[in-house]
Amino acid sequence: MKAVGFLMLPAGWFLVLAAVVLFPSPPLRAAFALAGLAVEAVGLVFAFRSHLIPREEKR
Amino acid sequence: MPASPTLTEINTVACLAFIFLVPLAAAGLAIMNVGLGRSRSAGHMMMASLCALAVAGLAYFVCGFAWQGTIDGPGHGLLLSAKNWNWIAAEPFFFRKLSFDGSVSSLTALFQMFCVGLAALIPMGSGADRWRLRAICFSTAVLAVLIYPLFAHWVWAGGWLAQLGVNYGIGRGFLDVGGAGTIQVVGGLTALAVTWILGPRRGKYSADGMAPAIPGHNSVFVLFGCLLALIGWIGLNSAGAILFTGSNASGAALIAINSFLAASSSAITAAFITKVRFGKPDASLTANGWVGGLVASSASCAFVSPAEAVVIGSIAGTAVTFSIEWLELRMEVDDPGGSISVHAVGGIWGLLALGVFGQFQRPVLNVLGGSLAGPMNGIASGQWLAQLIGVATLVGFVLPLTYGANLLINRFYPYRVSVEGERQGLDLHELGAGAYPEFVTHGDEFLPR
Repeated sequence: MKAVGFLMLPAGWFLVLAAVVLFPSPPLRAAFALAGLAVEAVGLVFAFRSHLIPREEKR
Repeated sequence: MPASPTLTEINTVACLAFIFLVPLAAAGLAIMNVGLGRSRSAGHMMMASLCALAVAGLAYFVCGFAWQGTIDGPGHGLLLSAKNWNWIAAEPFFFRKLSFDGSVSSLTALFQMFCVGLAALIPMGSGADRWRLRAICFSTAVLAVLIYPLFAHWVWAGGWLAQLGVNYGIGRGFLDVGGAGTIQVVGGLTALAVTWILGPRRGKYSADGMAPAIPGHNSVFVLFGCLLALIGWIGLNSAGAILFTGSNASGAALIAINSFLAASSSAITAAFITKVRFGKPDASLTANGWVGGLVASSASCAFVSPAEAVVIGSIAGTAVTFSIEWLELRMEVDDPGGSISVHAVGGIWGLLALGVFGQFQRPVLNVLGGSLAGPMNGIASGQWLAQLIGVATLVGFVLPLTYGANLLINRFYPYRVSVEGERQGLDLHELGAGAYPEFVTHGDEFLPR
């Protein structure tokens, strides 16, 4: 889960970059950039969840 | 090559005076981190702060500045869709070719040396009571050599984020007056990476699901640090505005007012929220709210009205207070200094707030040494998107980079102190002497004689 999370972060960022380069139309560009940010948000959720402490390791 | 930007004599003198205030922000953060940690690691925290500042300054001198560069300096670019994406500077190492004659380049180098030190202090609040001194130095070196200069180049030295306005007509490009992104969010995300790698302090999370509070040992230090930070932040925001947005020294009054108002409203909001929720205002959360307000003000202080600064500060205070609790209790992120919430969350909100509230009554200095196209008397079209792209870059690029770099160092030189060292306290374990040797208390002193 950790690896997935940390791969989704740059994946979302690349989507944002692609939006800047590929779409000259402002609404389309904004929509695509927001989609990239949403991917990053999901990646962040995975990254946080993968760092939760297993019950047996709590002391 | 674009024309080299120059400052008038009064702006140069004012900028120097503001830059000299910046170390006070570092002093404020350092003493806050000391107060929020345990007494048995207080000396270690202060020593580590000094070492981090020293390592950051040296590393930045060796090659950090060479990769960050200045607006008019050389850089490496990628050609994408017929636009130049300037991604890293190509200055010589060791400040060679830098003329110390009051030029913008020399002022930028001085300012950035302090800024990178400030960024290096932020993760130390998160790693308090368990992060080894030498590991702090290694992590700081990577931050000052690679992570900070790269992002700072993109924002402050004519990099691709700054060029978004010129190249693609997205607002005025990504703007960050006083380093809410380049200093605070970069430091805050590094704090998050370090906290994940270190894990929580022993006893913080028990098997029964409880997360007992481990209070800081000196709230006076924490609150005094807030006052020092205010002075430093006024210098930080004012110097940044002059150097990176083309503001005049006369604009410093508005910047100082906005910084102070944002900090005040943020602190009062945090005190109010804790009073309502816990019955009494919480000193450490109020202090975190204060700094969170300063952090949020950094991005937009030159482009918003005082009333808007109050709104920005209030939202920052709310976000910081709830974020600290959410990270600690829900996400099991043990962050004794609240650095992640204060600097990363507060900074991200500050950057977005510029896109929401920012108004541009004067031309903004840009990568071409002139003013950006578009209306100069109102809200820039697409500025919110430029700020959003900057935030996406911080989360999608800087966070994985800093996490990977710190994970790599941790493989070769483990970050976390031994169990015995943590129990003993880092002062005795790593430095061989406690911070408060005359205050040794013995249990039997409290027994009736």
